[in-house]
Order: sequence, then structure tokens, then C-alpha cells
Amino acid sequence: MTAIGWAQIALILGLVVATAVPLGRYTAAVAAGHVTFLAPVERLFYAAGGVDPARGMGWKAYTLAMLASNAVGFLLLYAILRLQGVLPLNPEGVGGQSAWLAFNTAVSFVTNTNWQAYSGESGLSYLSQMTGLTVQNFISASTGIALALALSRAFAAGAVKDLGNYWADLVRITLYLLLPLALLLGLLLVAGGVPQSLSPYIQATTLEGGTQTIPLGPAAFQVAIKQLGTNGGGFFGVNSAYPFENPTPWTNLLQCWAILAIPFALALTFGHIVRDIRQGWALFAVMMGFVVAGVAIVYAAEAGGNPLHIAAGVDPATGNMEGKEVRFGVALSALWAVATTGASNGSVNAMHDSFTPLGGLVPMLMIQLGEVLPGGVGSGLYGMLVFVLLAVFVAGLMVGRTPEYLGKKVGAKEVKLAMLAVLILPAFILGFSAVAAVLPVATASVQDAGPHGLSELLYAYTSGAGNNGSAFGGLTADTPWFNTTIGLAMLFGRYGVIVPVMAIARAIAAKPKLAASSGTFPTHTPLFIGLLAGVILILGGLQFMPALALGPVAEHLVLATGKTF
Amino acid sequence: MDSSPAFHPGEARRTTRGGALLSGPIVRRAMLDAVVKLDPRHLVRNPVIFVTEVVSILVTVLAVRAAALGEAWAFQAGIALWLWLTVLFATFAEAVAEGRGRAQAESLRRARTEAQAKLLLRTDDRALWLPRAATELRVGDLVLAEAGDLIPSDGEVVEGIASVNEAAVTGESAPVIRESGGDRSAVTGGTLVVSDWIVVRITAAPGSTFLDRMISLVEGASRQKTPNEIALDILLAGMTIFFLIAVATLVGLASWNGQPPSVAVLAALLVTLIPTTIGGLLSAIGIAGMDRLVRFNVLATSGRAVEAAGDVDVLLLDKTGTITLGNRQAAGFIPVPGVTERDVAEAAVLSSLADETPEGRSILAFARERYGIEAPALPEGARVIPFTAQTRISGLDLPQGGYRKGAVDALVRSLGGEVPAELRAAVDRIARAGGTPLAVAKDGRLLGAIELKDIVKTGMRARFDALRRMGIRTVMVTGDNRLTAAAIAAEAGVDDFIAEATPEDKLAYIRKAQAEGRLVAMAGDGTNDAPALAQADVGLAMQTGTQAAREAGNMVDLDSDPTKLIEVVEIGKQLLITRGALTTFSIANDVAKYFAILPAIFVASYPELGALNVMGLASPESAILSAVIFNALIIVALVPLALRGVRYVPVGAAALLRRNLLIYGLGGVAAPFLGIKIIDVILVLLGIA
Repeated sequence: MTAIGWAQIALILGLVVATAVPLGRYTAAVAAGHVTFLAPVERLFYAAGGVDPARGMGWKAYTLAMLASNAVGFLLLYAILRLQGVLPLNPEGVGGQSAWLAFNTAVSFVTNTNWQAYSGESGLSYLSQMTGLTVQNFISASTGIALALALSRAFAAGAVKDLGNYWADLVRITLYLLLPLALLLGLLLVAGGVPQSLSPYIQATTLEGGTQTIPLGPAAFQVAIKQLGTNGGGFFGVNSAYPFENPTPWTNLLQCWAILAIPFALALTFGHIVRDIRQGWALFAVMMGFVVAGVAIVYAAEAGGNPLHIAAGVDPATGNMEGKEVRFGVALSALWAVATTGASNGSVNAMHDSFTPLGGLVPMLMIQLGEVLPGGVGSGLYGMLVFVLLAVFVAGLMVGRTPEYLGKKVGAKEVKLAMLAVLILPAFILGFSAVAAVLPVATASVQDAGPHGLSELLYAYTSGAGNNGSAFGGLTADTPWFNTTIGLAMLFGRYGVIVPVMAIARAIAAKPKLAASSGTFPTHTPLFIGLLAGVILILGGLQFMPALALGPVAEHLVLATGKTF
Repeated sequence: MDSSPAFHPGEARRTTRGGALLSGPIVRRAMLDAVVKLDPRHLVRNPVIFVTEVVSILVTVLAVRAAALGEAWAFQAGIALWLWLTVLFATFAEAVAEGRGRAQAESLRRARTEAQAKLLLRTDDRALWLPRAATELRVGDLVLAEAGDLIPSDGEVVEGIASVNEAAVTGESAPVIRESGGDRSAVTGGTLVVSDWIVVRITAAPGSTFLDRMISLVEGASRQKTPNEIALDILLAGMTIFFLIAVATLVGLASWNGQPPSVAVLAALLVTLIPTTIGGLLSAIGIAGMDRLVRFNVLATSGRAVEAAGDVDVLLLDKTGTITLGNRQAAGFIPVPGVTERDVAEAAVLSSLADETPEGRSILAFARERYGIEAPALPEGARVIPFTAQTRISGLDLPQGGYRKGAVDALVRSLGGEVPAELRAAVDRIARAGGTPLAVAKDGRLLGAIELKDIVKTGMRARFDALRRMGIRTVMVTGDNRLTAAAIAAEAGVDDFIAEATPEDKLAYIRKAQAEGRLVAMAGDGTNDAPALAQADVGLAMQTGTQAAREAGNMVDLDSDPTKLIEVVEIGKQLLITRGALTTFSIANDVAKYFAILPAIFVASYPELGALNVMGLASPESAILSAVIFNALIIVALVPLALRGVRYVPVGAAALLRRNLLIYGLGGVAAPFLGIKIIDVILVLLGIA
């Protein structure tokens, strides 16, 4: 580890903190309908949809509207992917996706996962990229944020039914938050060298006389929203490790900031909505604490290098550079790996498969802990609030009162729904991984033997169920088995959490808001921050320990002995 | 009463029933009950322990099969044995808690004899009655109860006055007066009329009398899970599912590279990970909480009420009898110029020799205490001037002179003079401070004044300070005027007061506080308290109160001591804290268990994972067995804590959380490391592993 490396990490994280403050307040204003500079455009959408934005929705109406809009989005995207071969804007003549792959891809983008079992430059037309994926990059992000706003409102007021209007939330977030930011970031990325072009791929002749196809496309703006909306689906196959998707350390800085900016800001938005910003900072602190700790571990592990390489004579000072881009180095790769997994983004600027065992363990664990550190846009906040309810429930008893959070009593119903939401990840990650580990049709896709192979398998389902979308690598994922099972994991990982969360919102909203006294324990202190972190580790992490012991932990210990598989 | 602020609800005092935490007969009976409770139909109510039982059966079957097939079976049998013990310890904990309640119920049941009632045929003739079994009485029947009769059922006195021994219910053998009308009209079935007679209108159907309800409450027969208990149960069930998934999927995951662990080993891992500690102790904690209230002579109609007590934000306390001693007492002598305090004191004593009121007694006591003046016996030939509402003066004519005391204005007027300015100032000061001034005269000469004060009970200020730290506001309710109320409120240190309070004022205050999102507790005894008692989240009715009040409240204090509201709140908090602390402890235990079992399970596939064996456990078998044994023993070890409750300290929530997190959170992480290591060492020494 070097001081320069840490300075780079501190610069990016510092930028995230600095922008979270205004961005958090601005998003709260957008949510409250106070931002109106595009009011005519906004009204156009409402008129077209026959929506009254001032009309509040109960949890059922809100959830059904969300599910309906997502279902339509899924069908549309599926159709585009299947039919892209006969649709325009396809200069390379890419054919339609198979039914398995199109199902997987459509689910992936609708659920804000962006797991990619295809490679962008060879598997998608420009039309699919622009009208299919980019649209979903916006919509799935707005959906997540809208749901988080609905849940936040439930904590803000006493005894209400109304959680806000889904359509208004969707339109306002897209129009006032995501579009302007994406436009700005897209322009900066173009300036930084990311292509934004509709021209066909370039055939170049190399110095050795061979021909090389250089893929192009309308990449810059899609990359912007892929990061801002914690989508993560790369325009090109190797994602932000590719020089055209992420050419320089400066574009890397912008993109890495963009991954974390909105999820962190939303923690503060929550503070604004419940009219106690300290509550927002407490959640922010827990998220940031995990990110910093995660980066420290990955950075240390990667900077330490691979003992086998060092034994073979590689300079230990360079650290483990396998699978990393030289223009980013170990520090920025470590930060990105933790940011993209913590934030449910899933874009990569290095190959996680090539990390040291511990360096690979941390990204996997960041997802398994529930995608709340800081989690995807919106989904991170509502996931975190689920953990908050559980933390308050267990520890709140210890002050001698039935537990409450922000004046809302936490009872049997909330605990049941919260447990249901938290149960989804272990059920789908461990369930599918265990079956895949013994099923020949699945094991055939795994590249490596020994514990590393198990990590590859475990990571794939972790990424899917956690709606992260990053690939560890080393897994041939475009098979009917993986397309289907990972598709299911993504679906349940998204909606299996959302529906209980919205039911929680309803239950919480209906409760009276009790006054705080010195008998209620404060939920903004360092003590609570530590407690919440502990609960996330224990309730979110303990059930993965046996699996992790068999995967990266075993690999780490075995590697130290010099044994390979 | 003793109201020391250092009271801890766990240490029952002033109780009439109780005893050691675990006595021999209770434990012996509980051991038997623990086995009976293994019935899966009973255990299914407790998901964590039910899963443990299912797993125990599975491992037992496997051990038997292995033995039959001539394979190695000792390890499996050892695991099976300790899994069964885990289940047994859990059912034992519940049985012990129930046993303690049952012992109390027995003593109550003895009081519920088959009484014969004297059923009156006509309301106006006490001579005409028929014998009728108490169990056949119906609501509305009129019965006669005379000296020596057991009152056959709960009811309301409609005629007569009698002294009643209520020891069967309250444990207090001094008889109490029951009379028609007013706030002392409720009688309880099973209590004994000691003198005189009363006519009682029956208000409870057979089987649902106060005594019946008490018995079923302390026995836990009608025990339903409280809302918080249900929520906790769900959390524990959820965690059980978590670990079921984690352990079941290990079969597949471990097959990736090597053999999956055996069923016995997976069973051991599962049972040690699921929260058996809190799962096994949860119902014992609930029963013990109710039990603590009962020992404290308070009956709650439901566990829900006990939990609500822990949540209370506002306490409404009656001034008289709760905050103050109830009677005005002498607190000073103020002389007019030219007279000494001692002269005033002596005159006051002599004028009060025949005064039998508490105020009069307090003057003698105060003079003796302050000036060492011993009151002489009432001399022969003394003429007593009794107090009347007209004169408002009383006194004594003795050979050495005539002594008078009385209301300042009345006495001064009778002497035919003016109040000296100095005395006037003192009198005004006393009135402002909430006291009552009395003037004292000898032979027609004004000597000075006696200050009578509403004395705040000792230690109340400290209690209220403690409550404030707990986040609870105390509100004094009094019929006094604002001025007086303010003075006493300031002296007692309450946060707010309601002066010149009517029952409507109380009700309005409670509604207002509730509308602000606060939970309110109050104590009351009169019929006019009933609406407020019903409105309050916790309503503590006095046993001596009216039937209406007792029905309206959700708790009844058998000692009729409204101060106990404070302890009731503390008991409620203690119950919740105990639950939270043991849950935290149980969950925190898992960390160490992973370090014990995971390396043991996987060491065959990856010998390198032995590095995780930080405790240095002797062998994989001893490691697994030690973890299982620790997991079982910790339940028994914590039974006393579950029954007694975690000590409650009245500090702010933040401090309380820090303290309990440190003890039960960090302690919960550390304890099993030590415990498992010790058990492992013992196993090695015994040559078992």
C-alpha cells in the first residue's frame, strides 16, 4: 500500500461525501415536489398517463403501479432483444438473442442488476443498447429510488396511509435527478475520451499487418447512467476495464464517484424526509464504515501480492497486478471493487476472478451483507432500513421499552416482513449454489477446480440475487441453466425484497408517531452506528460463513501453503 | 412506607408469598414436567426448540442404526444425548417458571373453599334467606354475609358495613372496612367477614371471580404470548430458517471438493447456530415477569399490560398517600415577639393533649422530637374543649391555664384582637408553601402559630429524579388549589401537576398526553377514577377500591399502595431488558461456535482450515461435542437470570444500552470461547475425546 494509493482513494470518497450533502437535500426537494424547472415536461407525462401527481397512493396501489410498469418494461425489452436482428440501427448486423439469454438479460436490466451473459459489442445492436438497456437503466434506478422515498415517508408522519404517488416519483426522479446528472457526466466522459457515436465498428490494420475490429457506439451517455443508477451493465464486454469505456484515471475518478454518489446521498435524503438529518448521517456512517474497511482489506490483500507469483520471481512491490489495468493500479482497482459491490452497481474496472482470495472475498461479502453498503440507488436505503428495524428490535428491548424507530413501534408484523426480506439473499444464493455445485450441467461451466471454482459459482448467484450484476469471471454463464437460475435469483432478489418492504412501509405508516424521551434510545449516536454495523454483520453475514469458509477462506489458507488445484 | 430509591424490582420485598428462586420441590416437579413438555404438539409453539427436537430424533435414529449395523456410533450417540439435553433444559426452564407460579396458585386455591351462600329472597328482609352453593350464584343475586361467613363471590356491598379479612387475596391479615356506597364497596369472593354484616350484590359469574382469574394468571394457564414475545418468536424462527438454509446447503457446497459432513455433524452445527439459548428461555422470562409482579402483590390482567408498563412515558400520581404521607403534620412553631419557640411548643402540646386526630398526634411527636417535650398524661379534672366546625378551635382547660389552638382567624377573633404583623407574615408564608397555619393561645394570649405541612415522603425526590432519567414524566394530581399544588410539586420534584383536579381533568390530561404520542400510567381507586383508569395505557386499581375501578384498570394492587406504580414500570422494563439481553447474548454466541465447528467439519477436505481453530481444541470430535455441550449448558446456567431478571438501573436509555450491549453483546461473543475451551479440556481429561 502506498500513500499515493490512499490519497487517490481518499480523494474519491471525499468527493462522494462532499456531493452527498447537496445531492441529498436536492433529492428530498425533488421528492417533495419542490423542484419544478421542467414542470411543462412533467405535466406532459401526467397528461399522457392520465395521472394526478398530487393524489397519494396506499401501499397496494403504489406497489402494483411499480410492478405493472416494471412488467411492461420487461416485455418491451424482451421483445427488442429477441427482434434486434430485424430492427434498425444495427450496423454490425447482430442477430436476435436466444429465448434463454433474452429472458436473463431483460430480467437483469429491469431489476437494476445488469448481469451480462452476453458481450455488448458482439451481442447487442445500437438500438438495443439505446432504447432497451439505457431506458431500463433510468427506469430501474428511478423505481428503486421511488420505493425508498415511499418507505422514508412512512417513517416521517404519524398514522397515514398515503405513501406518495408512484408515477410522480418516477417522473420527477428521472427528470430532475437522473437525467441532468447523466447529461453532465456523459459530457464529461465524452471529454475524457469515451466514444458517443453511431458509426459502424472500425476495421484497423495493425503494425503486424493483421486486421483489428475496434468497436464503437453510443457509449458515453449509457456509461454515465450505468454508474449513476448503480446499474453497472457495460456497453462493452469487459465493462469499465475497457479503454473506450473508461480511458483514463480521470474518467475512472468520475465513474467511481458516480457509482457511490446517489446511494450515499439518499441516506441523507432519508434524514431530510424524516426531518432529522442526524438519522441520515448515522446510516451514512455505517455505509461508509463498511466501504472504508472493505477497501482497506482488499487494498492490503492485493498490494500484498500473490505468494505464488512472488515465489516465481515477480517483484512483490507491484502487488497482485493480474487482471488489473495498469492505468488504474492496485489502489483504484481495490476501491472500485468494493464500491461496485457495496453499491449494487456491478461494473468492474478489473477482473475480480484474478484478485487474491481475500481480495475476492470482500466484494462477495459486500453483496451478501444485503447490498446496503451503500447499496443500489433506493434499494440500498430501503434494505438498510430493514436492517435498522431488526437492530432496533433486538437491542431496543435492552433499554426496557418495546422497540421503536423514529417514534414508530416495531412489532410482530414489521419483524416478520423484515425477516422475509432478509431471508431472500441466503435462500437464493446458497440454495442455487449448493445445487449447482453438484449438478454436472452447472459444474461444466466452472473454469477452476478447488475452492476458487466454488467461489466463481457462489459469486455468480451472489451477484444475481443481490442485484449486483458484476461477474467474478471464470464462469460460462450463457447456458440455459445459468440464464434461468440466475434470472430467477435476480427476480426474487429484487421483488422478493420489494414487496415485503412495501408492506413494511404500510405497517409503519399506519402507526402513530410517538414522542421521544430520554427513555427512548437515540438512533444517531456512534453506539447505534456500531450496533447497526454489528447486526448487519451477524444477521446479514453469519449464514454465509460456512460457504465462504469453503470458498475464499480455504483458498487463502491453501494458497499460503503453495498448493494449487 | 419504605420508599428507598435504590429499590430493584427483582428483589421482592414486603411480599406475602414468595420464597427462594429455586426450591427443591419446584425443581423436582419441574424435572418431571420438562419430560412431559417434550410432546411435539406442545413444543411446536416454540420453533427453535421444536427444530432442535426434530434434529435430536434424527440423530438418535442414526446412532441406533449405526449401532445396529455395527458401525461407529459413540460420537453420534454423544451428539444425540446432548441435543436431547438441550431440548430438556429448555422445557425445564419453562417448567421451573411455571412451577413457581403454581406454588402460589396452590395457596390461593386453598382460599377458594366451597362456600355456602345465604341467598336473600327479598331485598328488604335479611331474615329470609336460603342456603345456596357459591358456584350456583348468578350475577345480580343478593347474598347476606355475617360475621364468620366467607363472602361467596365477588360483589358490591349494597347494604351494611362490616370488617373483612382479605388475607386470602392480599396476604394482609388486618381486617378492612367494607361498606355500601363510596369507594370501599367492593368485596372479593373467598374473603372472611370478621364482624357485623353486609348485603352483597354478586357481580361475577361462577368461575370468573377475581380469585379464579388470579389463580389462572399465576398458574400461567391462560397465558397468551404477548405482542412483543410474538415478534421475538418470529425473529427467532427467521434466524432458525437462516441457519437451516446455511447448514442444508453445506451438503452441496462441501461436495464441490470432498465429502459432505455427516448428518450428526451438520445437526450439531445447526443446533449450536440457531438461537436455542433465548428460544429455550423465552417463555420462562415471560412467566417470571408476571410472577415478579404477583410476588409484589400486583396482578396484571395480561402480559400485554406488563409490557405496556415498560413503555410508559407519563406517570399520573395522586398527591395524597402517594407523594405525601396523606396527613398534615406539624413542621414548625412560630412565636410572636417576646415569646420563645419552646413556649409555643409547650402550649401547643398541652392544647393538643386530648386531640386524637393525626394532626394533633403529629404536634406531640414533633415537640418531643424537636424540643424533647414529653406530653404529660391527661390530668384529672381537665376540661376538654372539642373542635367543632363552627368554632374551629379546640383546647384544654387545666389548673395552670386554658390552652387553645385553632384556625388563625377564628382563634384571633375569639381573643378579640388583631394578628401581629410578624405573625401575619409567617402565616402567609406557610399558606403559600402549601401548609396550614394554626394559632396557639394560653389564657387568652396569642403565643404564636403551628405550621402544619403536607409532608412529602422521604426519598420521593430521588425516585422522581430516577424516573426522569428513565425518560418518564411524573405528574401530581391533587384537589388542592394551584398555589398549594405548585409548592408541593416543587418540593417533591415532580415535572407537572394538575391542581383542583376533577376526574374529567385527569381523563382530559391522559387523552392529551396520548394524542402527543405518550403512554400514560395511573393509579386509582374510586368509581370516578374508572374512566381515567380505562383510558390510561396502564391503569393500576387498588384492591380496596370500587368494583368499577378494579374492572377498568388492567392491574390491581393488592396492597392498595399507589406508589407501587413506579415499581410496576420498573418490572415492565426489567422484563423487556431481560428478553433483549438474552437474545443479544444468544446471537453473539454464534461467532465462537463457528470458530469451534467450521474448522472441525472441513478439516478433512482442507487441512489448512485448521488455522481457524483459534481455541486450539483437541480434535474435530471434541470441538463439535464441546460446542454442543456448551450450547446446552448455557441454557441451564442462565435459568436463574431468566427467572430473576436482568438488574435494572434507572439511567437514560443510551447509558443503559451501552451497558447491556457491553455485558450481553461483547460478553456473548467472549463467553463461549472460554466455555467451549474449558469443556474441551475436560473432555480430554476424561478421555472422552
